[in-house]
Amino acid sequence: MSNVKQIVMPGDPVEVSNLKPRNGVYKCGENKYCSEFFGILQESEQFVDVVPFSGRYVPRRNDKVIGKVIEIGPSMWVVDISSTYTTLLHMNDAPWRVSSGELKRYMNVGDYVYAKILSINEIKESWITMKDVGMRKLEGGTLVTISSPKVPRIIGKGGSMVNMIKDSTHTRIMVGQNGIIWLDGAPENVIVAIDALRMVEKEAHTVGLTDRVKKFLDDKKGEIVGNSE
Amino acid sequence: MGTASDKKLFDDNGLRLDGRSPGDLRPIRIETDVLNRADGSAFIEWGGNKIQVAVYGPREAYPRHMQDINQAFVRARYNMAAFSVDERKRPGPDRRSMEISKVISEALQAAVMVELFPRAQIDVFIEVLQADAGTRIAGLTAAAVALAAAGVPMRDLVVGCTAGKVDGKVVLDLSKEEDNFGQADLPVAIMPKSGKVVLMQMDGDLSIDEFNEATSMIFKATERINQIQRDALKKNYSSNAQDWGE
Repeated sequence: MSNVKQIVMPGDPVEVSNLKPRNGVYKCGENKYCSEFFGILQESEQFVDVVPFSGRYVPRRNDKVIGKVIEIGPSMWVVDISSTYTTLLHMNDAPWRVSSGELKRYMNVGDYVYAKILSINEIKESWITMKDVGMRKLEGGTLVTISSPKVPRIIGKGGSMVNMIKDSTHTRIMVGQNGIIWLDGAPENVIVAIDALRMVEKEAHTVGLTDRVKKFLDDKKGEIVGNSE
Repeated sequence: MGTASDKKLFDDNGLRLDGRSPGDLRPIRIETDVLNRADGSAFIEWGGNKIQVAVYGPREAYPRHMQDINQAFVRARYNMAAFSVDERKRPGPDRRSMEISKVISEALQAAVMVELFPRAQIDVFIEVLQADAGTRIAGLTAAAVALAAAGVPMRDLVVGCTAGKVDGKVVLDLSKEEDNFGQADLPVAIMPKSGKVVLMQMDGDLSIDEFNEATSMIFKATERINQIQRDALKKNYSSNAQDWGE
């Protein structure tokens, strides 16, 4: 959090100076840049971004997402990743030896998968793959959905935020870039973890959030089961 | 433009029926994120108008043959509740509301970055709960706020206002009586940063001078309305304003 965070609206001019405009910024004249979103202006060392407060997930290659199977074809699962478009999982990208027409035996409508975005084309059709470490069909656990622009805040710098929540609540958490989060653990612990996640989502645009979440988790320590003495 | 009538629309001091001077707006209040299920929503009170707007999407366009391989389309639906006017309005789409839906869709389509979402549609539902003249402009103004709140990428917001001619005088933001018994009504919507006009309709007659006077009044008023839009959007995020520094 290097600089002051400034709220911008669609069409507002964005000061670029010697930085490169990146996400959420469009060219609106000779050497002039404007915001596309209602969100926050964020300057890093090289780039200027506008991070929207809300909005649908936009798939990017190599993102790890959690999706729900909504339809089954002869060789593909159609997966909803709460983006504008549904995505496809081809049977050859699944970790099992599936033969055509037998997809139902492995995953049915309503099942959730943790998968990686394989490719996207210019008309925004995308494919996902489960052939990578950690990718799997999700069984058990609880799902919560948060708005996808807040996911980087949930994860924190180098995973600091989510790891803090994991460690202090003794839960297993998997965060999809699309804002769907999978948790598993003792029910009491999962409830505390969800409260913490909701808190991060609600206050994502504020500074000094990590400390407040840490305090929140410390206060809730009594409710956590399985704390070894 | 209404029926000829001998109804007096100005008092002896040159003020209008509701006490406004010719260049005054009615009070406007906008609230955002009023619906949980929608991706973005807004509620606007503009004088006696009460309008609820919900935005869904961008989502894949259905039916399939409506999909455009190059861009998304904005589908606005303007609908008046049966109880929104004095005499019960027969519910359902009619010629007037279909026309308004069309012009609002086109106005929003100009502002939204539709080229980022091939094959998609963005739904905008505009429900007029209470009507008091100028609903298309009020609905459009609120729809722009709802789209921004939904995180839809846009070139600019859209803001509108009406002007008209009443008793031979050009006035801003017509009320119900002025609309019914006036001589002209001119709704205009623009993109405030670039000044581009995205909607303009006219009912009745205006001379060129009157038209110029009306549009310059509208352009000036949109600055104020745009500020109300911005304040409404910011309101939900300003409670933490003190944390922003550092």
